[in-house]
Amino acid sequence: MTDLTKLTLEAALGGMAKGEFSSVELTDAHIKACEAGGKLNAFITDTHELAREQAAASDARRVSLKKSGGEAGLLEGAPIGVKDLFCTEGVKTCAASKILGEFTPTYESTVTANMKADGMVMLGKLNLDEFAMGSSNETSAYGPSINPWRKDKDLVPGGSSGGSAAAVAADLCLGATATDTGGSIRQPAAFTGTVGIKPTYGRCSRWGTVAFASSLDQAGPIAKTVKDAAILLESMAGYDAKDSTSLNIDVPKWSGACGQSVKGLRVGIPAEYTVDGMPAEIQALWDKGVAMMKDAGAEIVPISLPHTKYALPAYYVVAPAEASSNLARYDGMRYGLRVDGKDLNDTYDRTRTAGFGDEVRRRIMIGTYVLSAGYYDAYYLRAQKVRSRIVEDFQNAWNSCDVILTPTTPSAAFPVGHKFSDPVQMYLNDIFTVTTNLAGLPGISVPAGLSADGLPLGLQLIGKALDEETVFKAASALEAAAGFTAKPEAWWA
Amino acid sequence: MSDSDNASGGAVSADDVKKIARLSRLHVEAGRLQPLADDLNGILGWIEQLAEVDVEGVEPMTSAVDMAAPMRKDEISDGGMREAVLQNAPKADDGFFVVPRSVE
Repeated sequence: MTDLTKLTLEAALGGMAKGEFSSVELTDAHIKACEAGGKLNAFITDTHELAREQAAASDARRVSLKKSGGEAGLLEGAPIGVKDLFCTEGVKTCAASKILGEFTPTYESTVTANMKADGMVMLGKLNLDEFAMGSSNETSAYGPSINPWRKDKDLVPGGSSGGSAAAVAADLCLGATATDTGGSIRQPAAFTGTVGIKPTYGRCSRWGTVAFASSLDQAGPIAKTVKDAAILLESMAGYDAKDSTSLNIDVPKWSGACGQSVKGLRVGIPAEYTVDGMPAEIQALWDKGVAMMKDAGAEIVPISLPHTKYALPAYYVVAPAEASSNLARYDGMRYGLRVDGKDLNDTYDRTRTAGFGDEVRRRIMIGTYVLSAGYYDAYYLRAQKVRSRIVEDFQNAWNSCDVILTPTTPSAAFPVGHKFSDPVQMYLNDIFTVTTNLAGLPGISVPAGLSADGLPLGLQLIGKALDEETVFKAASALEAAAGFTAKPEAWWA
Repeated sequence: MSDSDNASGGAVSADDVKKIARLSRLHVEAGRLQPLADDLNGILGWIEQLAEVDVEGVEPMTSAVDMAAPMRKDEISDGGMREAVLQNAPKADDGFFVVPRSVE
């Protein structure tokens, strides 16, 4: 039998539907790959026994569905990895932070509940930057996940969804859930040669997902192909009354948009995304993307997004402000770590100081500062107004284009332990991705080529709010033209 | 931290960091105060460029997609799960959370 872990999600679902192999066989193959992939440190918690049970139950469901003539779930029998930011009933969920300790939810996040209802088999909980704060997976209390594309030294898989990206790139799972607050799906996807989409804000319920910055956080998948990403997102998305920002609208059949012609589609190229010091190979990749879309019949339109340079500083006001508020709940009283002190306040201080890592503490303090008396208007309120300016930029752009093409990241994956001269240098990783979080728009990263060092590079497509359909259509055309088939050598196995 | 309407009110000092840490319920070692102040000043100095943007008459962003806040009946839809609520407590006794004394 062929190696089942090399299949796409679409092919695996098709194979099970035709009875070529069972979910148990498919799941066993992936468990074997996970066991051999320990060096990647992609998982924080393995749930292999649970996965075997779920696979057996899925096979049984398929048999009874055959009898009754019913339709199989969207993810029926497919082994998937879940970022350890989604609460999973009875399975430890710690957001890669010591402060959550051995926290084991008694409930299921809406996103993973949707996927379970669709037949998902869960292989385990994937590594990430602590509370999803980081661009390299190195802030994880469980150590960084390693990029399967490692060359002579360990490389980061990106962040915060580094474990999700590494696991999909190394064929440990058919797809993975992820979340994106400033680029945490798209940057790791670009660093690992995988596809990652952040949908329109409100498409996926935030209920049961550990909160970082509530007005920016959005779940989405990391997958092997554009169509796989569409299938996963169809399962993850949907209205949920338990999240007041959840959009009460239908979930389209996005997989149907994949492969459609882009003839006449207007692709905007924003002048402001050519940034100082951008490596020549990133510009060259972008130029290649423009040429590919043109060859596919799209019309290329130069556009301007004049407030682009203010997106990252606005993000570093809004995100820490909301994080400092969200993370106030970790007080050591009701769940997670408690470090006893001489009184209540001392217990709070000791618990939070021991439980949070450096980067999380830094962001809590920035957030506390920008929200403190006398500074709220100058920082938070101004940043939210700048956000409105960024939204206006996009609204103006949509007068002349239907989708926007940019690089996903300003560089390829960097080495583990790379010293940035200061925190701002690290934050610059998100320069091309963060605008869509601020404006709430869908954005996808598609692998489009290799760097001079042989590392994957991604291109990003940004769409109008709720127009994931065009994003998938354009991404699928880009994927077909780029023909990215490179895989990392399996040095870990 | 003096009150100011202006973000360029001045650099964050080691003393300010101590106050921010107290508000954040975090402990910062004395030796870490100044390096952290330098870090914060670097980040805040970079954020300062937001002052260049003309935001006169601009409403702060509230949501990506225009939507009315959903309304629902104010009724109990959940509850009666004391065991589940206490299951992850660092310390619980007789159906209650046990916390340090806060009133003398």
